[in-house]
Amino acid sequence: MHSIMFYVFAIIAIFGSIIVITARNPVHSVLFLVLVFCNVAGLFLLLGAEFLAMILVIVYAGAVAVLFLFVIMMLNINIVPFREGFLSYLPIGGLIGMILFAELVMVAAGWVFAPNMPAGNLLATTTHGIPNTEALGQVLYTRYIYQFQTAGIALLVAMIGAILLTLRSRSGVRRQSVARQLVRTKANSLELKKVPTRGGV
Amino acid sequence: MPDIALGHYLIVGATLFTLGIFGIFLNRKNVLLILMSLELMLLAVNINMVAFSAYWHNLTGQVFTMFILTVAAAETAIGLAIVVVLFRNSGTIAVEDIHQMKG
Repeated sequence: MHSIMFYVFAIIAIFGSIIVITARNPVHSVLFLVLVFCNVAGLFLLLGAEFLAMILVIVYAGAVAVLFLFVIMMLNINIVPFREGFLSYLPIGGLIGMILFAELVMVAAGWVFAPNMPAGNLLATTTHGIPNTEALGQVLYTRYIYQFQTAGIALLVAMIGAILLTLRSRSGVRRQSVARQLVRTKANSLELKKVPTRGGV
Repeated sequence: MPDIALGHYLIVGATLFTLGIFGIFLNRKNVLLILMSLELMLLAVNINMVAFSAYWHNLTGQVFTMFILTVAAAETAIGLAIVVVLFRNSGTIAVEDIHQMKG
């Protein structure tokens, strides 16, 4: 059962990513990217990393892919011109991809463990009998606290940067300015006039 | 029970990484698809990290996978913001039209 699930998840993930890079419509690419993420989350579940699997589904399929979809639909780009150089880049891209894949497979198939390492086991889903999430939390907030804080700062900087990049002040838009409201006084905004009788203003 | 060794996961990771590289070459004109290919490559790295982590009963790989996810999310947000600004300023996101800095 374990191996069947592995092959199902792996094959769907690989074919999904092939469709991601070859789809004609970017929206289809994003949707297949969601499929790839969900299947890799399945692989993570098989490896016993339940927390990361859920994080992958929530953060990637839920947030990043939807962000991609929003941008693609908001930009309303023309699809056709993007496909022009597709075939001309195919040979060189395929060549480099094949070389890289061969090298990676050689590395993955040819390496050996150091002889003094204890033998590992893929089946263990928990460490010392506690669930994966709990074990992760125990090391994340103690041993890796500085890295954790740094990741938080990276997210904060990314958020500020994204807001700052896309913020623009358009002219002709009436907008509430609290500072201007607060500095208004009765003296500089209100004027009392004595209206003469039968004269008008 | 299973005959799924560590090498199987490494092969899946290698395949996804290669497809990400290949996607960058195939979609040289579309910034959005290049960003998606980058996501695929980061995902392949995450598969390797989690596979080794599970194999060695060592949670360090999973912790760093979480940090990679964080950095990938930040990179996507910044990248898409830049794409939006670029489209607003120049009306196109084609890569060969981005030559204001004579790069």
